[in-house]
Amino acid sequence: MKVLSETRTRVLFEKLTKYIGVNVKLLIDRPDGTYCFREKKDRVYYISERLLQLAQTVKPDHLISAGTCFGKFTKTNKFRLHITALAYIAPYAPYKIWVKPSAEQQFLYGNHVIKSGLGRITENTPKHQGVVINTMSDIPIGFGVVARSTTECRHADPLATIAFHQADIGEYIRSEDTLV
Amino acid sequence: MGRKAKFDETKKVKKGPGRKARKQPDPVFKKGLLDDDKEEKKLSHRQKQRAARRVKKKKEIVEKKKALKEAKKNVAKQQEKIIPEESDQSSGDENAQGFTDDNKEWLKLKPKNKKNVKETKAHSESEPDDVSEDEEMSEEEDEQGQESEDGDDDPKVEKKSGKESYKVGKLDDLFVDTDDEQDNDEDNEEDDTNVSNKMTYDSDSSEKDDDDEGDDDDMLPIEKANIKLKKKQKLDKKLADEELQLNIAKQDVFAFPSQEELDNPTSLQDIHQRIKDVVTVLGDFNRLKQEGKSRCEYTELLLKDLCVYYSYNEFLMEVLMQMFPVQELVEFLEASEVARPLTIRTNSLKTRRRDLAQALINRGVNLDPVGKWSKVGLVIYSSTVPIGATPEYLAGHYILQGASSFLPVMALAPQENERILDMCAAPGGKASHIAAIMKNTGSLFANDANKDRTKAVVGNFHRLGVVNAVICNYDGRQFPDVIKGFDRVLLDAPCTGTGVIAKDPSVKTTKDPKDIQRCFNLQRQLLLAAIDCCNAKSSTGGYIVYSTCSILSEENEWVVNYALKRRNVKLVPTGLDFGTEGFVKYRHHRFHPSLKLTKRFYPHTHNMDGFYVAKLKKFSNVIPEVVNDEEEEEEVKEGEEVQQNGDATPKEQTEAIKAPVKRPAETNKMEPQNKKSKPAGVVNREKATNKNKDVKENTKETKQNADKTDEKANTKNEKKKRNKKKNKKTPVSQSEQGTQNTKQPNVEVNENKINVKGPQIKVKENTAVKAPSVALQSKIELNQKKTEVINKTNDITENQIKSSPGKNKNKNKKKNKPALNKAEANAVNKNEAKITDKIEIAASKKLKNKKKKKQVGQLNDKKSGGSKPSNASISNKFNKNKVKKN
Repeated sequence: MKVLSETRTRVLFEKLTKYIGVNVKLLIDRPDGTYCFREKKDRVYYISERLLQLAQTVKPDHLISAGTCFGKFTKTNKFRLHITALAYIAPYAPYKIWVKPSAEQQFLYGNHVIKSGLGRITENTPKHQGVVINTMSDIPIGFGVVARSTTECRHADPLATIAFHQADIGEYIRSEDTLV
Repeated sequence: MGRKAKFDETKKVKKGPGRKARKQPDPVFKKGLLDDDKEEKKLSHRQKQRAARRVKKKKEIVEKKKALKEAKKNVAKQQEKIIPEESDQSSGDENAQGFTDDNKEWLKLKPKNKKNVKETKAHSESEPDDVSEDEEMSEEEDEQGQESEDGDDDPKVEKKSGKESYKVGKLDDLFVDTDDEQDNDEDNEEDDTNVSNKMTYDSDSSEKDDDDEGDDDDMLPIEKANIKLKKKQKLDKKLADEELQLNIAKQDVFAFPSQEELDNPTSLQDIHQRIKDVVTVLGDFNRLKQEGKSRCEYTELLLKDLCVYYSYNEFLMEVLMQMFPVQELVEFLEASEVARPLTIRTNSLKTRRRDLAQALINRGVNLDPVGKWSKVGLVIYSSTVPIGATPEYLAGHYILQGASSFLPVMALAPQENERILDMCAAPGGKASHIAAIMKNTGSLFANDANKDRTKAVVGNFHRLGVVNAVICNYDGRQFPDVIKGFDRVLLDAPCTGTGVIAKDPSVKTTKDPKDIQRCFNLQRQLLLAAIDCCNAKSSTGGYIVYSTCSILSEENEWVVNYALKRRNVKLVPTGLDFGTEGFVKYRHHRFHPSLKLTKRFYPHTHNMDGFYVAKLKKFSNVIPEVVNDEEEEEEVKEGEEVQQNGDATPKEQTEAIKAPVKRPAETNKMEPQNKKSKPAGVVNREKATNKNKDVKENTKETKQNADKTDEKANTKNEKKKRNKKKNKKTPVSQSEQGTQNTKQPNVEVNENKINVKGPQIKVKENTAVKAPSVALQSKIELNQKKTEVINKTNDITENQIKSSPGKNKNKNKKKNKPALNKAEANAVNKNEAKITDKIEIAASKKLKNKKKKKQVGQLNDKKSGGSKPSNASISNKFNKNKVKKN
């Protein structure tokens, strides 16, 4: 559990901003104690200071996880958001996509969201904006990146991709071992 | 991290109960379906009127009937006067009948007594008149029929009478309505008498038949043959009937199968039947047992059959049989074949049970709440979608978890802002339940020893949105070294899984005593570690919950009982309002009475996996020193088990060990255990271990002595002994002196012994004494001569110890004696003859020791009387010597 380096912090926050915009502040300034990002084996964990202190009593070799894993840094020093961060991202995300029940399953298997499966989309979503994908009953089921802006979607072909798949909760089953 | 994010403000979530949640009114039943028994209903006005009218009518009818009756009686009297002769003709019995006959005549109704007619007919026929053959034949047949009917049991007769009475009732109806009952009763009685009359009459007729035979000489031979044949047939029939009865009677009793039958098993069906039979026999053994068969034989048979039928291994089945009465055992086994209903636990961090149930119902899942005892459990009856892969599941709204897994967490009753440890967390079901109850506050340590399985914990925690958790990978036993001071600790210990056989049937065949021993040893250590992790001074907690998914007492009560002795903990109620109480006594074990407060759950009684939950409260952080006796018990058990586990040991050894003696340091292998389990004679501990070492050295030396008779070695020994003895000032026995005087060879032996004993004597506890003895015994295998010598030394040491009153304060003394003495006696006997000359040389040096020996001897004298009876041959001699000297 070490503090993130300057550059990595920047990379991380850039990524988070892509999804939740200015709400990143809310992750840091919380009423229920201070939270921080810590890095362990390239994984980034979001953890409260209080828990962090306790976790530091555990030797690094024996520590598997503490708090919530947000994602990992690749070898090329890019940050990749994991599905495990969904619990924190979803409430703050300004842009969302809702998929129809028929398309839920497709997305959960790792496919992109196509026009025919699109239920709703937040107004004025710009192109290449990070979004949270929801079911029609408002259950967040993953992250995506919008391929077309809202206006473009209206005239899109039924099979055209609306949002690229980034992560989905199906990974909890599909890749449990590599989750963290 | 809200419950349900309302991301879209425009879309309002409906509040209040949905359409489907509306409550149905109570069901209304038609009047006809309800019980008519209740006659307390209020009658309406009209009904009352009608009822009154009905009563009135009845009265009128009754009056009419009375009038009719009177009329009847008059007529009957007249008739009786008219026919006095007839009644005279018939027998006295028939007189009683006469009235009905008359009645019938008066009534002119034939149907009632065709039989009566027949009787009269038969009566008339039986008179030796000219009757055609045919008629006679038919008559005889009739008789047969009647006889057989009579021979049959009462029910038929009753039936008959019933029929007849029924008819009579009908007839009477024509005239009288209300008198039916009375008349019927009378008629019934009369009918009964009729029947009895018939019987008597029949017997009469048969006599008459006999008479007929005698009388009727004019019968044709063929007729005679016919009659004979008939009689024979009758007899046969009778015998057949009797046989049938016998067979029926026999079928009730289960016949113990022969050896052949057992060797050649037929079908599972038969075995199943046999199991049932044996169970019933065992249920009422005194009545149903087969003569000459003991209960043991039945239980053994049952054991084998159950093993075959349910494919268990014999060991496990035996253990189960010891736990349950047979009836319950079969239920348990049956229940263990069937999977428990699938249950899920709502993740209260993300959703509510009602919402989840609604969502799942919409997906075509048929479910119900698990019971009143849980607010988060749902039972899944059927589902059109895979329940472990619905979007709700992936979104972390629920987790698949057995109903029994809720229990330990409910017993733990975590509070918010506490620090809690789940020691064996994988796959994180219970731990996430704890986090959910804490509402993600405080901190939760989820530990598991298996690194691969911790991945499941990580996955589940993230999916379920548990953010207050630290997941680590330690051996639970080392956890107190990592971090302590938890408010609550949950230990769901690894176990043999005998409670979840339905889930994992491999348990049936793979478990053996070693596995169980391994399990409960680990469990004990884990539980102690868990207790150590807990902080007794916590303002809110200080609780430890121990649970297993095993039903074996070894892994449950035994472990908790062990912890009760070793740590400052007490049992408290689990807070679970169902489940059966834990065992307080199980077979020969007697546990602490508070073990009643623990809970057991069985698949056959609670329809959940077999489970055990105990809740402990830690009341002091001090780790107490354990009293010897308790430890000794434990050690004995362990010792036994170790033996079972099969270090091949000679008989003597096993005897010595099995005797309720503290377990000796058997061999070098055993040493580490010994140290651990050594009767935390606390102060003596270290000494004891040292002494053991000394003893070993000494024994080695004695070997050397025996072989080489090295004086040097002896001197070394002596030096050592002196040093030790100086500390204690324990002298050597007079008896030895005596023996030295009398028998030279013995003396030498004694000297050797003394060398060996030096350290032992110092150790006040038997364990130390035994340790050398066992070590010595192990050598027996190696070298006979040596062993002989050594045995002697052992014997003597034992004698000394027994004889020295001050040293042996242990309660076990008495128990120890017999077993030890046996072994000693044997050894001594052998030794007597064989004592070798080699050792003699060493004798001279031992003279130096005499001074010390004397004191011991005095002690011996005091006790010699008591120790006499048990000691054989040489030991007795020793004693005698002592006595003489005194």
